[in-house]
Amino acid sequence: MSAAVARPAPRPHAARDVDESTGVREVYLRSLLRVQRRLALGVLGVVALPLAAVPVLFALVPALSAYRVAGLPLPWLLLGVAVHPLLLAAAAWYVRRVERTEADFTDLLSGGDSHGHGGSRSDH
Amino acid sequence: MTQALAVVLVCAATVAVGALGLRLSRTTSDFYVASRMVSPRWNASAIGGEYLSAASFLGVAGLVLAAGTDMLWYPVGYTAGYLVLLVLVAAPLRRSGAYTLPDFAEIRTSSPAVRRAASVLVVGIGWLYLLPQFRGAGLTLRTVSGAPSWVGSTVVAVVVVASVAAGGMRSITLVQAFQYWLKLTAIAFPALLLLIAWGADGAPDPVTDRPPVAAETITFTLADPVRVQVDVPVTLTVDGTVDGAPARGELRLPAPGQLTFGAGTTIVVPAGAVVPRAENVPAGDGASWMAPTAADGADDHPVYRTYSLLLALLLGTMGLPHVIVRFYTNPDGRAARRTAAFVVGLLGVFYLFPPIYAALGRIYAPDLLLTGRTDAVVLLLPERMLPAPWGEAMSALVTAGAFAAFLSTASGLTVSVAGVLSQDLLRGRARASVTGFRAGSLIAVVVPAALSLLTVRVGLADTVGLAFAMAASTFCPLLVLGIWWRRLTAAGALAGLATGGLLAGTAVIVTLTGVDVPGIAGVLLAQPAAWTVPLAFAVTIGVSLATPRSAPANAQQVLVRLHAPERLALDPGTRPA
Repeated sequence: MSAAVARPAPRPHAARDVDESTGVREVYLRSLLRVQRRLALGVLGVVALPLAAVPVLFALVPALSAYRVAGLPLPWLLLGVAVHPLLLAAAAWYVRRVERTEADFTDLLSGGDSHGHGGSRSDH
Repeated sequence: MTQALAVVLVCAATVAVGALGLRLSRTTSDFYVASRMVSPRWNASAIGGEYLSAASFLGVAGLVLAAGTDMLWYPVGYTAGYLVLLVLVAAPLRRSGAYTLPDFAEIRTSSPAVRRAASVLVVGIGWLYLLPQFRGAGLTLRTVSGAPSWVGSTVVAVVVVASVAAGGMRSITLVQAFQYWLKLTAIAFPALLLLIAWGADGAPDPVTDRPPVAAETITFTLADPVRVQVDVPVTLTVDGTVDGAPARGELRLPAPGQLTFGAGTTIVVPAGAVVPRAENVPAGDGASWMAPTAADGADDHPVYRTYSLLLALLLGTMGLPHVIVRFYTNPDGRAARRTAAFVVGLLGVFYLFPPIYAALGRIYAPDLLLTGRTDAVVLLLPERMLPAPWGEAMSALVTAGAFAAFLSTASGLTVSVAGVLSQDLLRGRARASVTGFRAGSLIAVVVPAALSLLTVRVGLADTVGLAFAMAASTFCPLLVLGIWWRRLTAAGALAGLATGGLLAGTAVIVTLTGVDVPGIAGVLLAQPAAWTVPLAFAVTIGVSLATPRSAPANAQQVLVRLHAPERLALDPGTRPA
């Protein structure tokens, strides 16, 4: 995702472009918005689809309700226990990704490497 | 008596903290901003403290006991709602600088009319969410001390008005954070002891192929009349009224059959007997109790209900009036996001415990299925299952936790509703003054407290579910489209708020007044989100596209502010065009 932000412009010109023209800056911000939106929808999809599959699954295969894992019925294991660490993992993953995207974007626009993300820019 | 002492202690501490808040926050800016240096961890605890209400502390266990696994969707939705809030709303909302939902509405649409509509909805949703807090308080005090329901409601109403009016914006993060850890302790520690007691009892399986059976002889007295459904023949000993006539002695009940026990009737269920159930409690042998989408009758449409509920919870969290204020106390958008992520973790830990009470309740408190007051299961189990000193101590602990839940959620909501009432809706001298705020907090509390005495039996978590459906149908389209869609216009936002508010509002009123709507229409009204949310989105988008002229001139500027990291916004080169 961070590469997608960087793609519109090579590094050496980026900062100067921003100072010269607000139009170019708008292009960057639009690309940031697009990347953020894609990331948000991606996380929501990854979480919502399996979650949405559970009611249908149990409605279609009622026998699953009686299945037990280590003494705990499967529906309880899924909805009472397993879902919570999964939600937390999705949240943590999203926060890391979005912060990296924003850091890359800030680097790109300010042209500085004052906050320790300069190294990542050598990738582009 | 220990329980009463616990209630008094929690109430006294709340008022004391409210008074202290007044002395600590000297200036208006302190009031709002002092806690802006709060770390995400502390702020997340504070959000957890304010968010975990009567519905979470008592209602989840009650619903799961009554209806089974499908009700586990409530805690899943409460938690996942924060994930949705995190990815769609948290950082942009913080960067918008909005302190309340009406603030955001005005910042984004530049329209005082949209702001006013948002204010009215904040008050409506706030009242709807306050209602079950007062009812929960009434139920709790009645369960532990036998006092009539209005006593508990009144105690909470008085304490909340006193602490909010005295302390103003109770933005003392530390206290709300402490509330989370108190509630977690109060639900987790007794639950662990109950599990030990259950193990010592030979760990009987709560999921059998029969409806719940009395483990030993249970004697209880009904506070209200109950219409009861008998699925398996049973012989009870009663003393009171049955179907309007006095009855005393053994009563043989054939199955299937229905009868009504009068208020004050004492019932003895012998050990080993299948307990009859209140009419509004779904029939539950182990299999249907365990199924995540169990039908209660032919036209119940459990799959629709489940999806609609899930949608309401996922999209409604972001629109709750007391939730977004807390995000303002973060220093920036990045911290707001981290806070939301921590909240997902904290709620997940808390929600591991209420289902334990529900499962054990099927074994040790099946009489609640007859009285229909399953919301009391968390309060009753400690004394039923634990030996002498522990039983009373743990009962006092859960009572204290429950009152902490009512008080923290109710004060958070009251502050939000009172703020909006005094800023936007009250006229004349009361507007935006300390007097106005105090008048606002009184109105904010008195209306739902009075309504809580009237409403029919809709479970605590069900009522809260309706508040979520209302928020999801109104503020979710405004926030999501406002943050992610440039072409939102003032007219579109207004039309969306009106559509969602009227449709969901009608469904809420019909459900709460207990009007019996048969067939599919009744199901659609009981769980409205699945149709009201898409309609509200469609109307907002459609009207926005049709009225490009009412688009705010600074839409692009505002979107830039919402999405650009703060560091950039400070840079003179990136001042919005």
